[in-house]
Amino acid sequence: MTERAVVIGGGLHGLSTALHLARAGWSVTVLERRHVGRHSSGINAGGVRRLGRDEREIALAQVAFEMWTNLEALVGDDGGFRPSGQVKVAESAADLAALERRAAAVRALGWTHEEVVDRAETRRLVPAIAPHVVGALVARDDGAADPMRTVMAFRRAALAAGATIEEGAGVVALERTGAGTLRIVTERGAWEAERVANCAGAWAAAVARMAGETIRCGVKASMMIVTERLPRFVAPTVSSASRPLSFKQTDAGTVLIGGGHQGRADVAAETAAVDMRNLARAARIAAELFPVMRGVRIVRSWCGIEARTPDEIPVIGESTTCPGLVHSFGYSGHGFQLAPAAGAAVAEIMMRGATNLPVAAFAPARLVERAAA
Amino acid sequence: MRVDLAVIGAGPAGIAAATEARAHGLSVLVLDENHAPGGRIWQAIEARSAKDDDDRAAQEAVRAFRASGAEARFGATVWCVEPEGRVYWSEQGRARDAEAAQVLIATGATERPLPIPGWTLPGVMTVGAAQIALKTGGLVPSGDVWLAGQGPLLLLYATQALAAGGRIAGVLDLAPRGAWRRALAHLPGALRAPSYLARGLAWRLALRRAGVPWIRAAHVRAEGEGRLERIRFAAAGGIHVRPASLLLLHDGVIPSVQITRALGCAHLWDEGLRCWKPATDAWGRSSLARIVIAGDGAGIGGAAVAQLSGRIAALGIAAALGRLAEAARDAAAAPLIAARARHLAVRPFLDALFAPLAIEPEDDTILCRCEEVTAGRVREAVALGCLGANQLKSFTRAGMGPCQGRLCASTVAAVIAAARGVAVRDVEPYRLRFPTKPLTLGELAALHEQAEAVEPQAS
Repeated sequence: MTERAVVIGGGLHGLSTALHLARAGWSVTVLERRHVGRHSSGINAGGVRRLGRDEREIALAQVAFEMWTNLEALVGDDGGFRPSGQVKVAESAADLAALERRAAAVRALGWTHEEVVDRAETRRLVPAIAPHVVGALVARDDGAADPMRTVMAFRRAALAAGATIEEGAGVVALERTGAGTLRIVTERGAWEAERVANCAGAWAAAVARMAGETIRCGVKASMMIVTERLPRFVAPTVSSASRPLSFKQTDAGTVLIGGGHQGRADVAAETAAVDMRNLARAARIAAELFPVMRGVRIVRSWCGIEARTPDEIPVIGESTTCPGLVHSFGYSGHGFQLAPAAGAAVAEIMMRGATNLPVAAFAPARLVERAAA
Repeated sequence: MRVDLAVIGAGPAGIAAATEARAHGLSVLVLDENHAPGGRIWQAIEARSAKDDDDRAAQEAVRAFRASGAEARFGATVWCVEPEGRVYWSEQGRARDAEAAQVLIATGATERPLPIPGWTLPGVMTVGAAQIALKTGGLVPSGDVWLAGQGPLLLLYATQALAAGGRIAGVLDLAPRGAWRRALAHLPGALRAPSYLARGLAWRLALRRAGVPWIRAAHVRAEGEGRLERIRFAAAGGIHVRPASLLLLHDGVIPSVQITRALGCAHLWDEGLRCWKPATDAWGRSSLARIVIAGDGAGIGGAAVAQLSGRIAALGIAAALGRLAEAARDAAAAPLIAARARHLAVRPFLDALFAPLAIEPEDDTILCRCEEVTAGRVREAVALGCLGANQLKSFTRAGMGPCQGRLCASTVAAVIAAARGVAVRDVEPYRLRFPTKPLTLGELAALHEQAEAVEPQAS
């Protein structure tokens, strides 16, 4: 049977793409190798953050932000999104100067969501912060959501809109048929489609290679810590200007600590292992910024695999070698917030070959490896 | 710190392995969270006076270990092992790590949970926990103490408690009828193994002499306001209620697989014991090159088997590190492997006699104690499409509390399997993550501070 569209990858980006396609009346099947949300989508830090984004990503993040603030209208659930703020603290005068420059640069582009606040306001926003913190860059309306709850909401919404989700269907080949459609071969059968989205995360570069396209893209394996439940003591998500940290308390009371500290990825085995020596640095930064955390018990640590491009911004756009194949991957550890908007952009590119959404900077050509002359 | 061999657990397997490895010149680090060698089965063996030949043999094994030159660290709680051989532990509130060419995991067994209605009430605990209290603190049971379940440890504890002057109101034997008949088929094999049957019969006899009621029962419930006050059970065609101040539950032991699971070692399903165990070869080698497993953690065999497996594993490790020729390894191991086979001959008999009790908890029975998730909620999640234990986390938070599923993994899997109508082995078990033991953020942070003090470039 020929579908109009197949989406490879049942992560949040694949589900969002499928949802937008199905809502527009397209028949679409999501092919997921394991189960929906198995890798980074279901286990990331859940940051809904515009704060500190690469300037090329801000416009898309603004579109996504509007969708997050009314996520219930999109998927029937708020995904646990709380606009509790994002705060990037300055640990020194030099940090604060860097944050001032950043805020000025964002303002110069016409955006107003980031502001610098002083020591007293930082303390008001984050009472438990260590005394050496001198100020912060703040996006008050940003916040955090529950990743697995968000994935499940997009899954339900996509199914309700008419999408089909096939779990346990890992793609092994991509071919052009005589009729000009694309044939997607999986471990348990083949599908045919006019358009295919490549939302395969850490495995997306391999999917591109099936289409004869080499896109420069590696992987990252960011680690997370979750603690025991604590009484509520911090509302916003906290990061640091000069050290890698992401720190937030969930609705359940547990504290999630991350920040891009790297474990060891094994892409072929589809696993990633925590590197405790690296993770110890995350613990140290968290303990230095929140001295109250020193005696708190760690319950688990884990590590998710995600695609990372050389320039740390995603690949969104039609393949340079395979018309009909549209890439959406390489979010480099900050794609969760973008997913509602990126899915809409990818669906539009699939349906009408173009989109008005601000994704031009992410076109694949910049990272395509040319065959050696 | 860099060593040839890191041994996790100083029970019979770990002690024997460390002693043997030292005999072949390996540098050995032994880590155990207790404050003396012996593990669970030989708990506080150095502090006790020997009561029988088993005790004397155990004390001799511990003496040989103490004299072996292995670096033994007690009060050392291992919370992470990495496949490359790095071992992390906490000692006196500080995290430490060491690099080992080979790691022997000898963390033994854990009790199979026996979830009954009310099992989370204060006053209900496991027989194993009571036995530790008896051996280390001399906590002798008094008042209306009931034992419920089945298995050798239950019998052993009852006799030990009576010998220590304790009082037991009664034993509720929950084993289904016919277990003896099924077990008898394995009796010829069991008779090859030394002493196990005689010991079991002696324990039963001691209980009878002491006049402890032995009741074949089912549907046990623990009841009370805020703590255990009484038990209710079905027996001899009626429902009975008895006052109870302490209820001790037991349904046999299963391999403790927290570390091997979190490491990602391959595991096999043991149908007889209805549990997972790491896949190992005759030398105890796991699916990971640097990780070796010995003792009950590799499959339930008891102390004698654990000692032999520890020595066999050490011989294999010495050979793998080039300290022992393969021919010498094989010659030294041959009699140990033969002795191990003799001891293991009793297992099919015991496994049939004490086949795990059916797990059919009532809907109001709590399975996950940390997040207070009942069997009913697990069944609801399955009805909503939940297929395995990891998905159950997103449905119910089961297994996400401080114990990380250590206490509920086997019951949760059994309930999901029954609700789905599939075999337990086909239900994806919890993915376990380090730290597998309690660790504070400050302890982990200190690991980075120490590393930086040694190598200022570290990041």
